[in-house]
Amino acid sequence: MQSKVSSVQKPAAPSLKGFEWRNYIVYFAFVGVLIYFSISLSDEGFLTSANLLNIVRQTATISLMALAMTFVISTGEIDLSVGSIAALSSLVGALAIQAGYGIIGGLIGGVGTGLVVGLINGLLVTKVAIPSFLVTLGTMGAVKGAAMWVTDTAPVPIVDANFNFIFGSGDIGPIPVLLIWTLVFTVIAHILLRKTSFGRQVLATGGNESAARFSGVKTMKIKLMVFLATGLMAGLAGLLYAGRMNAGRFSFGEGDELSVIAAVILGGTSLFGGVGTIIGTIVGSLMIGTINNGLIIMGLDVSQQMIIKGVIIILAVAFGKKAMKR
Amino acid sequence: MEQPILEMRGINKAFNGITVLNDVHFSVKKGEVHALMGGNGAGKSTLMKILTGVYTADSGEILIEGQPVTIKSYDEAQKNNISMIFQEFSLIPTLTVAQNIYLTREKKTSIGLLDDKDCEKKTEKLLEELGVDIRPNDLVHNLGVGYWQMTEIAKALSQEAKILIMDEPTSSLTKNETEVLFSFINKLKAKGYSIIYISHRMDEIFEICDRITIMRDGRYVTTEKCSETDLDTVISHIVGMQFDQAFEWKERTYALDVPPIFEVRNLSAEHVQDINLKIQPGEIVGIAGLMGSGRTELLRNLFGIDPIKSGDIYINGQKHSIKNPKNAIEAGLALIPEDRRMQGLVLEHSVKDNMTLPILSKVKKGAFIDSKKSNEISKEFVRKLNIKTDNIFKKAGLLSGGNQQKIVLAKWLANDPTVLMLDEPTIGVDIGAKTEIVEIIRAMAENGKAILVVSSELPELLALSDRVIIMHDGKIKKEMTRREIKSEEELQYAIQGF
Repeated sequence: MQSKVSSVQKPAAPSLKGFEWRNYIVYFAFVGVLIYFSISLSDEGFLTSANLLNIVRQTATISLMALAMTFVISTGEIDLSVGSIAALSSLVGALAIQAGYGIIGGLIGGVGTGLVVGLINGLLVTKVAIPSFLVTLGTMGAVKGAAMWVTDTAPVPIVDANFNFIFGSGDIGPIPVLLIWTLVFTVIAHILLRKTSFGRQVLATGGNESAARFSGVKTMKIKLMVFLATGLMAGLAGLLYAGRMNAGRFSFGEGDELSVIAAVILGGTSLFGGVGTIIGTIVGSLMIGTINNGLIIMGLDVSQQMIIKGVIIILAVAFGKKAMKR
Repeated sequence: MEQPILEMRGINKAFNGITVLNDVHFSVKKGEVHALMGGNGAGKSTLMKILTGVYTADSGEILIEGQPVTIKSYDEAQKNNISMIFQEFSLIPTLTVAQNIYLTREKKTSIGLLDDKDCEKKTEKLLEELGVDIRPNDLVHNLGVGYWQMTEIAKALSQEAKILIMDEPTSSLTKNETEVLFSFINKLKAKGYSIIYISHRMDEIFEICDRITIMRDGRYVTTEKCSETDLDTVISHIVGMQFDQAFEWKERTYALDVPPIFEVRNLSAEHVQDINLKIQPGEIVGIAGLMGSGRTELLRNLFGIDPIKSGDIYINGQKHSIKNPKNAIEAGLALIPEDRRMQGLVLEHSVKDNMTLPILSKVKKGAFIDSKKSNEISKEFVRKLNIKTDNIFKKAGLLSGGNQQKIVLAKWLANDPTVLMLDEPTIGVDIGAKTEIVEIIRAMAENGKAILVVSSELPELLALSDRVIIMHDGKIKKEMTRREIKSEEELQYAIQGF
């Protein structure tokens, strides 16, 4: 007997409605934003290659953090501490260089700081079972406090020209090093999420945690790993801030959690876990960067930019939620 | 004699000194569908939890193909080729069928990346062998419930499972889906897989199973061939000769010459059709039926949790339009839900806070809660319902199941409803508290309330009800006065639809 009964709810053909639309909305939106600024800001030089490369430079830190955040959000968790980690890491990295430990010392100091905070976040979420929202809300404040305290809010200048070249202001030919950082990590993150068992288990954990556990996924280990990832990338982002600005400073990364989460959600990663996309995240991040850039050129100040970013997050989640119901 | 593929011998298990399994035997042959039957609390699920490593037996042994094995976790059960088929919760909806089946067991390419092509090919072959009509790269999210189960079965088989445990596998399936599942089970049987089939539906069991093992009160009763037994015998084994003083029916009187206090006319909704129902003041009406017959759904419709399509609800002769639970409460309805931990109580809150939640407006003094008054009300209920708690400020979650249920009752008694609806009021409650809860419900009826009780525990239903309504496929199939029902067996028959 063939198991074909017409009235049984058949698996729908890969549904083209809604679901896919939601996956691609960020690309349309990005193109729309580009076109809008190109026309309205054509006299201010928005579309010049100098300005476009500038957007990439300004976006690199957000992009790196957003790549890691994609993994965290795909497991159904959240990390609000990334901006604060970037601040502390920029300072620890700058202090290490100032103390004569060189570029490697700075790298270890900055990235190590991020990993330590990531480990604390991860352990509190997995071992103490505190919701990640609360854990990282706490560490966001505590780490920011540490960043202000470590030099008594004084910036730490970095005079190592090589560091500043590699981690910020350098160009190789016409290509900014920050673009290279972004590209390399985008490729790594994409392969990790799509092509490795780690990525698959991240998506499984976010899709249905108990089912994942029953299938042999060590969900706690996966969650710990994703918080280490945001710690690592936020640490690196802190160094990129330091390299670009030639200093470590407690105010770096302020409000970045908003941009980072907006980029990820806008890109099509589900805030409810289980669905994640790296390409979407990068486009989302570039879009946030482009909007920031355009608004600055238009003459809006930081406060107005924050309002617009906040609205974008809410709209992105609202769209995502609507599509989820289908 | 052929060696059984699975044998459980002399299994004993007790929780907190209460014996739940007493010297239970169970054996399954290769290539058979073996039904495991028994009333609620007979010990079926505990036995299966021991088999799948969720619990460990206090004593007894498990043999697979004659070899003794120890199973201390679900992993170890799977290593012994035993798989539990969960109804729908053990798949990841956001992954594809192939990704689900091979999750954590994916083949890797030479550089360590996932070889999805290989998974899809293997899945396609597996699905083809099993004759399941889905594609490996379909998102599980987009599949019907019936296909979820088949995907799970395919997953189990890909893990070399030889013994599959299915617990009420058809409860959320339509008739067509059930047919598809049954033809699928027959194919599995022909391929030599063994299936332990847990269900209350006798017609299904006689259709699909080869043998039946019956348990009662934590003991093994008998194992029979389906072809050599009949419904009578099976029912009498399930019911046994239990005689429970606590659950004796008391004939009650209530006014028949007055208009009904609660009336439902031609109610239809997603899961129920054409429901007509009248309850007199002081009458207790029981609703019996199998899982999925629409019992719980009907209560949810009446209480405004799920929308109704058509039909009217009258309370005290007045028509009420009930669109949400707030309307329902205002109209004088109360619902004590099946899952009190999820729906009935805020476990983190105190006994008092739980009791006074629905009546906050009555204990207010201006804008503030009158704590003296709410304390008094709570204390009175603790005394009246004999709730065992140190004080009214103790967290509800810390009390026993029976006492928690009494809090839920108190919560609604405080609101003084006209119609009290209860869904499985004594599930997970010890026998002492059960009797007390039955008494509380009776006392409510004595006060002239209309009571509507859904229960799958027939002795309880028979002890309480003045009238029993039997539901089947969302419709009222039969109605019997308590006096007409001679025995539990007779009610069983009616429920099974014979």
